[in-house]
Amino acid sequence: MPDLSVRNFAGAINAPNPFWLASGPPTNTGEMIMRAFDAGWGGAVWKTIGEPVVNTASRYSSVDWQGQRIVGFSNIELISDRTVEVNLAEMAEVKKRYPKHVVIASLMVASNREAWHEIVARAEDAGADGLELNFGCPHGMSERGMGSAVGQVPEYAEMITAWVKEKARTPVLVKLTPNISDIRTVARAAKRGGADGLSAINTINSITGIDLDTFIPRPNVDGKSSHSGYCGPAVKPIALNMVQQIMSDPESALPLAGIGGIGAWRDVAEFMLLGCGAVQVCTAVMHYGYRIVEDMAEGLDNWMRAKGFSQLEDFRGLSLKRVTEWKHLNLNYKIVAHIDEQKCIGCDLCHIACWDGAHQCIHLDRISGPVDGPVERHPIPAEREARSRASIAETPVTRKERAAAADGQGPYPTPLGRIPRVDETECVGCNLCSLVCPVDNCITMVRVDQGVAPETWDQRTHSAACITQPQPQAR
Amino acid sequence: MSTATISGDPHIQARFGELKPPLTAQAAAIEADRCLHCFDAPCTASCPTHIDVPGFIKRIASGNLRGSALRILDANILGASCARVCPVDVLCEGSCVMHRYNRKPIQIALLQRHAMDAFYASGEVPPAAPAASRALRVACIGGGPASLACAAELRRQGAQATILERRALPGGLNTYGVAEYKLRTADSLREVEMIRRMGIDFRFGVNVDSASALEALEAEFDYIFLGLGLGAMQRLGIPGEDSDGVMNALELIAAYKHGHLREAHGTVVVVGAGNTAIDAANAARRLGASTVYLLYRRSENDMSAFDFEYEHAKQEGVQFLWHRQPVAVRPGERHRLLLDTVQVRPAEGKLAPIPDSQYTIDCDMLVPAIGQSPLTRLIQELRHVEVRDGRIVADLATGRTGNPRYFAAGDCVNGGREVVDAVAGGKRAALAILKTTEAANA
Repeated sequence: MPDLSVRNFAGAINAPNPFWLASGPPTNTGEMIMRAFDAGWGGAVWKTIGEPVVNTASRYSSVDWQGQRIVGFSNIELISDRTVEVNLAEMAEVKKRYPKHVVIASLMVASNREAWHEIVARAEDAGADGLELNFGCPHGMSERGMGSAVGQVPEYAEMITAWVKEKARTPVLVKLTPNISDIRTVARAAKRGGADGLSAINTINSITGIDLDTFIPRPNVDGKSSHSGYCGPAVKPIALNMVQQIMSDPESALPLAGIGGIGAWRDVAEFMLLGCGAVQVCTAVMHYGYRIVEDMAEGLDNWMRAKGFSQLEDFRGLSLKRVTEWKHLNLNYKIVAHIDEQKCIGCDLCHIACWDGAHQCIHLDRISGPVDGPVERHPIPAEREARSRASIAETPVTRKERAAAADGQGPYPTPLGRIPRVDETECVGCNLCSLVCPVDNCITMVRVDQGVAPETWDQRTHSAACITQPQPQAR
Repeated sequence: MSTATISGDPHIQARFGELKPPLTAQAAAIEADRCLHCFDAPCTASCPTHIDVPGFIKRIASGNLRGSALRILDANILGASCARVCPVDVLCEGSCVMHRYNRKPIQIALLQRHAMDAFYASGEVPPAAPAASRALRVACIGGGPASLACAAELRRQGAQATILERRALPGGLNTYGVAEYKLRTADSLREVEMIRRMGIDFRFGVNVDSASALEALEAEFDYIFLGLGLGAMQRLGIPGEDSDGVMNALELIAAYKHGHLREAHGTVVVVGAGNTAIDAANAARRLGASTVYLLYRRSENDMSAFDFEYEHAKQEGVQFLWHRQPVAVRPGERHRLLLDTVQVRPAEGKLAPIPDSQYTIDCDMLVPAIGQSPLTRLIQELRHVEVRDGRIVADLATGRTGNPRYFAAGDCVNGGREVVDAVAGGKRAALAILKTTEAANA
């Protein structure tokens, strides 16, 4: 049975599993965190502790997409609105009752050495297993010189990390903001400052939308809004990219807790394949509750069994070597789209996507006869639609008419005239058709053997440079 | 518009509640999001009026309800009634690719109704070119779907159209002949009223049935569109057919829809197995008849009613008697009827009575429903318009008849199809008239 435990993360953090709650509303109180541990979460980063704040109403907004709620989520909530004393007293109680679970204190205080030394000592006295320095919060706190105001300036991040390390006995994680042109600059600074680990990413500056009746952006606070921190499923690709950037950079790479759009076991596996040692979750819990961790654990366990992994370290970082610069990709790798006629339902979305969004090589010419070649040889999509609309259709009112309408469809479930055909001589293998196809495995990309050795842009330009010099353009 | 009243009878409304209630806004949004937005969509192709189905559905999804409705009305001015009466199982929804995907087709009819209801609630009228921006006057004989569609298209493009209707209310079968649980009379009239507000003239109680009446129209108008529909229902041709208690299906439907028939009781026998027969049989059940037989001389597999209509009738409690034919109607006790019937079987392409299979049904009402007959009287007066088997011969694509000033579409041409077929035919005729005029002016 796979072992999901996390051992010696950032040096000294041990947890029953890598599923941790990120610092945020789900970790606001000891009572909540204990319920989360009961539900199966292996760790929790306490809602950021510091001088108590006053929050606004409302605080959240979201992006819905085609009926799915909260594809993206945003907040303008600040750090804990409860006193340091209350938070730390509850933390001590949680650690007493759940000694094997990880409790990490997220901290944010004014940028002076004494304040940091004091809060570090108090958090560790309360039993924190580690500290997370909140250099990421993008709203409100940054206007007061904290949060991302620190995280966007490598020198500040390095300095404060070093202050904390002077005092800390437990591992120190630095939480990074994505609101910076290269996240590695601050990751490197944290590493220079002596950080034991990193958490990434924090939320992304956003305006999630605008009410078209009132013209007020969301979230609405008495007629005005403010830039909010964006998170949820929509940000996962951005987070994965930043995780890869950090973990592939020797000057940045540290034990990393991945954050950003994680809601299910597949997300966890992906973050870990890019090198994360644990993950932190917030939005998905705010949407569905702590119970989502059950499937996370079961799903990851099943996947590890299927792949023959016995512990997390077996696959952590496996995909890092699969990410490279574009110039190292094989230009001689050729694939073409293949449509499974038995699976095709005849929506013809691949046809219109290829014509209007790609390279005009998927045609509806199975009945009229296949024609390969460039765009000029084919009727444009609008002509086809015009033809349909000019045709005469009648309701099949008799049984005979109904039978005739259902007849003569060809050898596949979908009428032959609606099953698109790929012109492989023109297909560039871009993948768009297989992405728009609503049917699983209907359009697959099939490798075509070119009979040539792999060659990258890097290789090609280096060898070409020896032979020809670029000619100046005639004017 | 006519002052004739329609039934708001709560008793009837309660018994004939809508079969398919409208979608809520939330349900419509969810359903609209399911649509894949097919290219050259099969639903659009199979619709006789070629409504841009994915187009109007995506407009619902985006919250552009007005745009959605205008998209529908652009193709089909009777979008509201078609959303209710179309046999979508054999049209748009039947051709939905979802049948091959996750099985359940998009509920196109209910989404169309959603957009149309919102449009009617807004009180808006579809945009039309300025009145008389074309010097073209067309008379549309008959106030049903074919004429309404023809007139609306003409008017939209700036021509003048006048609808001549012999009855008190416009809308044809939409107003008088569709089961109330599918299309309420009030909804049909609301639709016609919108078309009238586009700037179309209506003349009610005008019965064009003589050569002189046609000559007068020819003198007044440039073209005449024949959207006559069909005539009275065919007679059974058996003795006793004119007895009290015999009421054909269309009479029965019109009577309950317009407040002249509130109750049925005892046993009702409907003869025929088309969609109208089903509507009448279901109506008899809902009006209170305890037993309703549907008598058909052929088999279950031969009935022309749509499968979903047949299933519906079974749910309503209609009982089917196959291979049985009425022979005579005799007076029974206390105003009842004795319907003599005989069992038949196919023999050499015909139906032969089976000896000793006579059976008499003691019933309270007999409802013939074996199709409508042509409007022979008017049709005979039409000069140079070819008539074959009681149907006007007209080109399917243009509605052209043998007489260059006469166009025709709808039931009088196709012998009785769906509302949407009449709308499509009427619209195609209007476009052909406009094209002919432009060619003549050029």
